[in-house]
Amino acid sequence: MTATLSVRNLRVEIPTRAGVLRAIDDLSFDIAPGEVLGVVGESGAGKSITGSAIIGLLEPPGRVAAGEIRLGGERIDDLGPDQMRRIRGRRIGMIFQDPLTSLNPLYRIGDQLTETILTHERLSQRAARDKAQKLLEEVGIPAAGARLSAYPHQFSGGMRQRVVIALALCADPELVIADEPTTALDVSVQAQIIALLKRLCSERGASVMLITHDMGVIAETADRVCVLYAGRLAEIGPVRAVVKHPQHPYTHGLMSAIPSLAGDPDEELAQIPGAMPRLGAIPDGCAFNPRCDHAFARCRAERPHPYSAGASDAACFLHDPDPARRPPEPVARAAAARGIAAADETPEATS
Amino acid sequence: MTAAHTSPARPAAPDQDAVPLVEVGGLRRVFDLSKPWLNRMIEGGGRVTLTAVDGVDFSINRGETYALVGESGSGKSTIAKMAVGLLPPSAGRVSIDGTDVWGEKGADAMRRMRRKIQMIFQDPFASLNPRWRVQAIIEEPIKAFGLIADPKDRAARVGELLSLVGLDARDGQKFPHEFSGGQRQRIAIARALASDPQFIVCDEPTSALDVSVQAQVLNLLRDLQERLGLTYLFISHNLAVVRHVATRVGVLYLGRLVEEAPARELFAAPKHPYTKMLLDAVPDIEMEGKERLAIAGEIPNPVNPPPGCHFHPRCPFVMEHCSTDTPPAHLVGDAAVRCHLFAEDRAKTR
Repeated sequence: MTATLSVRNLRVEIPTRAGVLRAIDDLSFDIAPGEVLGVVGESGAGKSITGSAIIGLLEPPGRVAAGEIRLGGERIDDLGPDQMRRIRGRRIGMIFQDPLTSLNPLYRIGDQLTETILTHERLSQRAARDKAQKLLEEVGIPAAGARLSAYPHQFSGGMRQRVVIALALCADPELVIADEPTTALDVSVQAQIIALLKRLCSERGASVMLITHDMGVIAETADRVCVLYAGRLAEIGPVRAVVKHPQHPYTHGLMSAIPSLAGDPDEELAQIPGAMPRLGAIPDGCAFNPRCDHAFARCRAERPHPYSAGASDAACFLHDPDPARRPPEPVARAAAARGIAAADETPEATS
Repeated sequence: MTAAHTSPARPAAPDQDAVPLVEVGGLRRVFDLSKPWLNRMIEGGGRVTLTAVDGVDFSINRGETYALVGESGSGKSTIAKMAVGLLPPSAGRVSIDGTDVWGEKGADAMRRMRRKIQMIFQDPFASLNPRWRVQAIIEEPIKAFGLIADPKDRAARVGELLSLVGLDARDGQKFPHEFSGGQRQRIAIARALASDPQFIVCDEPTSALDVSVQAQVLNLLRDLQERLGLTYLFISHNLAVVRHVATRVGVLYLGRLVEEAPARELFAAPKHPYTKMLLDAVPDIEMEGKERLAIAGEIPNPVNPPPGCHFHPRCPFVMEHCSTDTPPAHLVGDAAVRCHLFAEDRAKTR
């Protein structure tokens, strides 16, 4: 089966006065039909840029410098603006973080929905309006018929995000890119929106690329997760495997740093020393090497490419098939000191 | 769970253990959202008010962290502003070490009292002046309160503060833009510590930071508390973070404290239906595929909150009188819960 979305060796460059920055470097992943892929990383890791590159909305001077993006098997990264516009909205739906800025404040909700529907489908005005109302009902807006003539400011944050979801789904896209869809919302509303997004996409068989910094949201929503660090892939794999048995030292540090509602509250949180490098100052070799407990000479000289590691793929020499080329030190040392299962331990040892 | 009240990681000095440093009583703040007088006269319509904080009481013991949690519009930040003296309350009082923050006092007494209070803000990109060197930023409180007159001594103190928060003493010569978000928050913490305060209000101090950096800042705050015996009022919407830092927790809903309990108890056995829902709604990496309980509805408009218990339209256990009577605070164990469900319990035990 062809993947809904297939990204191969994607490289995004941003030319600046100080030189060309690589915002995304050699990133590859697939999203299968109906799959929810979570994309996580800290700010500046390249999550949103990946999303913008896929829908062809990179902010200039940013550009796709190498690699391929295929949607349902067809290449879309070399299409012209007009062709791309036909794909956007119709085949790829988009949901952005702030529902207030993704809706036009001067138009009624009903008009915005019908306009979008009419752009993608040949329908009469009346049929489009009926469809808009049905969509609003589907996303759980009470009294949908009456709310069609309301303006965005008359909706609450959660309701507005529901409208944005309706907009994204109105042309039945095969892929929905949701960029931090719940970050601006309160927790109680967040749960509703995530549940809604998941239900609607699975009903329609749409694939979802869920971009967020919130690992909790990913853990409960995504099938697979792709962890980015400084514009590069750190680890990609099934969500349970990545959360419970992270294979890349960065993922491992990230998972242990997240405060959880389980576990001992009096224990210090594990912390990764330092911060993610800026794009202009990514170290040679592995981008994570200055912060990594396992780093050795090879990490500083050579860049690791994803190796198969358990259920996931991790870009780390710890998983080099040739044991002689792995880091020499005992791998578990630092992690064991923090009382967390080391990257290569068996599942039983986790708790 | 043997020691429910004393947390081993944060021991308070034994002789001061039960003395509250901060006491907040009947705190209330009403904002007037009315149109201007002339518009009201011409277009009609009366005054519109928003009760952001509605009769909140709590006290914080020395060396403890009191966390206020709530969703947007619950009044968290309004309470923080009133506690540090940035916003006058409409009613009620805040006292710190026995001195009323809003009491009528001479400028000197006011200044002495204010020295004890500092605040750390959410956004370290907005809270530091981009045109000042870090040195100037951190020594500002020292100068303002006239603590150290000699510039050399002051510079030494700034260096001391910088190393206290895990930065290099030489970083004082740099500008804020040369630092990452987490480092900037450390600078903000150093500035807060400069006047040697006893009480620090942290308003969402890690919300703008990435998780790996958030852990660093939370650990630093905890470390400083142990070393300097600080008292924190910690404001956050993130329950997992609160669980890691708080000794006591107050849950706010539309300006009222619906539940107040020691942190361990609140997270182990939440009592108010809203607290329960809030805890169920948190996405957690330890979820193990557990379905999140979606809370019905959204926070109502605070200008026109539901009568009686504000939570009753969303509450699964709603009773008849919930929509008419405002529930008083019922004591259940160490927790104070504003919910009619616990009125019966109390009658039985009597």
